[in-house]
Formats: sequence, structure tokens, C-alpha cells
Amino acid sequence: MSSNKETFGKTVGFVFIVCLVCAALVSVSAIQLKPLQVENKLLDQQTKILEASGLLSKTDGSSKAIKATFAKLVEAKMIDLDSGDFIEGNPELFDERRNARDVTKSDKPKDDMAGINRRSKDAVVYLVRNDAGKVETVVLPIVGSGLWDLMYGYVGLEGDLNTVRSVVYSDHKETPGLGAEVMNPKWKALWPGKKIYNGAGKVKANLVKGGAKADDIHGVDALSGATLTSNGVTRTLQFWFGEEGYAPFIAKYRAGGVN
Amino acid sequence: MSSEAKKVLTQPIVDNNPIALQVLGICSALAVTSSMANALVMTLAVVLVTAFSNLFISIIRNHIPSSVRIIVQMAIIASLVIVVDQVLKAFSYQLSKELSVFVGLIITNCIVMGRAEAFAMKEKPGVSFWDGIGNGLGYGFILMTVAFFRELFGFGTLFGIEILPLIQNDGWYQANGLLVLPFSSFFIIGFIIWAIRQYKPEQVEKD
Repeated sequence: MSSNKETFGKTVGFVFIVCLVCAALVSVSAIQLKPLQVENKLLDQQTKILEASGLLSKTDGSSKAIKATFAKLVEAKMIDLDSGDFIEGNPELFDERRNARDVTKSDKPKDDMAGINRRSKDAVVYLVRNDAGKVETVVLPIVGSGLWDLMYGYVGLEGDLNTVRSVVYSDHKETPGLGAEVMNPKWKALWPGKKIYNGAGKVKANLVKGGAKADDIHGVDALSGATLTSNGVTRTLQFWFGEEGYAPFIAKYRAGGVN
Repeated sequence: MSSEAKKVLTQPIVDNNPIALQVLGICSALAVTSSMANALVMTLAVVLVTAFSNLFISIIRNHIPSSVRIIVQMAIIASLVIVVDQVLKAFSYQLSKELSVFVGLIITNCIVMGRAEAFAMKEKPGVSFWDGIGNGLGYGFILMTVAFFRELFGFGTLFGIEILPLIQNDGWYQANGLLVLPFSSFFIIGFIIWAIRQYKPEQVEKD
């Protein structure tokens, strides 16, 4: 009997059938669950953007309320990072991670402080309005190296595009208890009111090892035990608010204003 | 449930624990035990994968050509793991963000392969299914115990609920930084193995 099932033809046939059944199982589950997964991802992104704009605490936190608030108050717009101009394009289809891997859609930064290797030429900015329709917060996505891997997040700026409303990380692989404290609400609460730029327009926002002084308008406490993560956050901010980041957009926005 | 099914279901929890006695699946026990919630989801994932891979492999056990049996087992296990990962992404996005890599690594979890090769290739589907659940639970029992100590003393929380207020949140408890790191599980698993063998001396290997 055992010699029976060991013939070459039977073995190949059996393997073929097993592969076919397994492939069908995987494909069906992947396709059936796709819409739910896409929705989850979108909801997660919208939650983080609302958190960065300070609106999340004003919703009840349910997915319905988040979607409704986002649709009502947040407008996503594409910009060209080099010129700082708004450009045409569908922000929903924009994928920073995919663009950063595509040589035609990204370039190498001259001074790669944030350690991102390639920077997408375009970016999405989120204009968050109040109920009267005035832009109150501008949320800018940031990315930069931490200790282990790239850290993705959002910075919410007030209408002057200098005062920080919040710094929210959405995706990182830092050490739990040390670098991962970027997610700690206590640390996040240090950010509101800090200024990104000094009077001369230089990027000054940074994390201060040993604790920021009470009157420091640019610095917040570094994360204890996580020097490399803290340096990564500082460099990420320096890069994204510098000339190769959002500085051209911020200059144009301030000159013209967007309402 | 027959007495045999009951035996294969309960035995792996203490008497024949896959981690403590068979010393399989240690790698993932280090990685996912920093919080109880992660450990629970990982347990459920492993229970499901082990149970169904045992079931399917047992159903076709008389037809699997022995020359390619490991590959066939792998194909079934890998498919199940992908399905579990997809379900997790669809229904528990936050957890899947933290666990996705480790869920993928269930494929390489020696417990799944070990039970398929050692049990399901010989036994009937029903009892194989229960054996898979039992071994998954045995794995989960260790995982949850380790996670309990790591989360409580490393973060001061259980299932994310604050038990020991941390100094950085204006409490009094200085978190144990060692327990936050994966390798601390080695110590805890070592203590668990010692405790089980004190209770059941017959598990101690002969020199």
C-alpha cells in the first residue's frame, strides 16, 4: 500500500491538489477581508490626524464620530515639497511609503538628517477647520529614523504654522518602555505651545537631554533611557521643517494664507 | 467528548507542556509576552492554527506521500497562518499592527510542525483536532503567565489597566526595565519549568 502512494505521478498530483486548495483558501480570505482591512487602516489614519489636530478628544472616540468629524472638518491637499505649491492629485491615492521607493517620484535629500534615504517629492497636508470654516490647524506627516526603524507620525501646527498643537506618532518599532514612550500621553502633553522656528526662521524644536528648562519655548524633555530615539525625533523635526521639508510650503502658506 | 479526547486536551497544559517539557516554541514566547493582550491574541492564533493544521493533516494523512510530507504540512500550516493574519488585520487592526510579524512567524513555531508530524500523521482527525487545541492552550498557559509578570512589573499594568502607578506617571513604582526586554522571558520560563518540575518530579530528565 505504501508503495502505491509513492509513485511519481501520484506524488505530483497530490502536491498539486494540496497547493490548489491552499491557494484558494488564502485568496478567498484575502479578497473577502480586503474591504474591512482598508477601512481599518483609513480609520487608524484619520484617528491619528484628528489626535494631532486636537479634535479627537472632542469626539466620543467611536469610529462613526471620527469619520464624521474627519469628513466635516479636515481637508487633505497634495503639495509639491520643493516649491511648496498645492498641486492637483487625489490625496486618498497618495502613499508616501510607496513613493519613497519609486525613483521617479522621490529624490535623495542633500542633507539626510532624518535618515529616510529617499524623500517623496509630493506630500499630503491636512487643513483642519473650525466650525466657522477657518483653518485652525495644519497637520503635516513626518517620518524619520528612530533607533530600530523609521518612525511615522504627524505634527499639528496652529494657524501661524509655528506653534505646535501636538506631535503624534502612529507607527514605530522603538523599544517598549524606553523609545516607545513617544506614545506616552504624558510626553505628548509637553508639546502644545512649543515653537518650531525662532525669530530668524531657524528650526529650533528639539528634545533636551536631562529635561528642558521651564522657559524653553523650543525644547521638550528627551525620553529617558532612549537617547537614540530622542535624537531621531529631533532630527526628524529638523529635517521636515527645514528647506527640504515643509519650509517652502510654510513660507507660501504664511504669505498667502489659506482659508 | 471521549476520554481520549479529554486526555489529549488537558495533558499538554501541565503534564506534557509544549514549552516547559518539550521545550518547543520558545522563540515566540520571548517576543510576544510584553503585554497580556498580545499574549492572549497570540495564544488564540496558535490554538486555531495548531488545531486546524492537525485536523486537515490528519484527514489526508493516509494520502500524503512520505517523501514530500513536510512540504505538504508546511503548505497547510502556512495557508492557515495567512488566513489568521488576514482575519486579525480585518477585525483587530491595532493588535495586528503590533503582532503582524510574529503571527507570520507562527509558521516556524515548532509546536505546530511538531504536533503535525508527531501526532496528526498517525491519529484520527477528531482526536488530532483536540490535541492541537490542547497544545495551543499549553503554549498559551506559559505565554500568559510570562506576560503577567512582564507586564505587571515591567509596565505596571495588566491588559493595559494600571495596577502599579509608574513614577513617570506621578506614581510610586519604578518599572523593571529588564522585564520590558524580550530576553527576560528566559528567566521567567526557567522559573516556570522549575516550579512545574518541583510539583511533578517525574518530568526531570535523568542524567
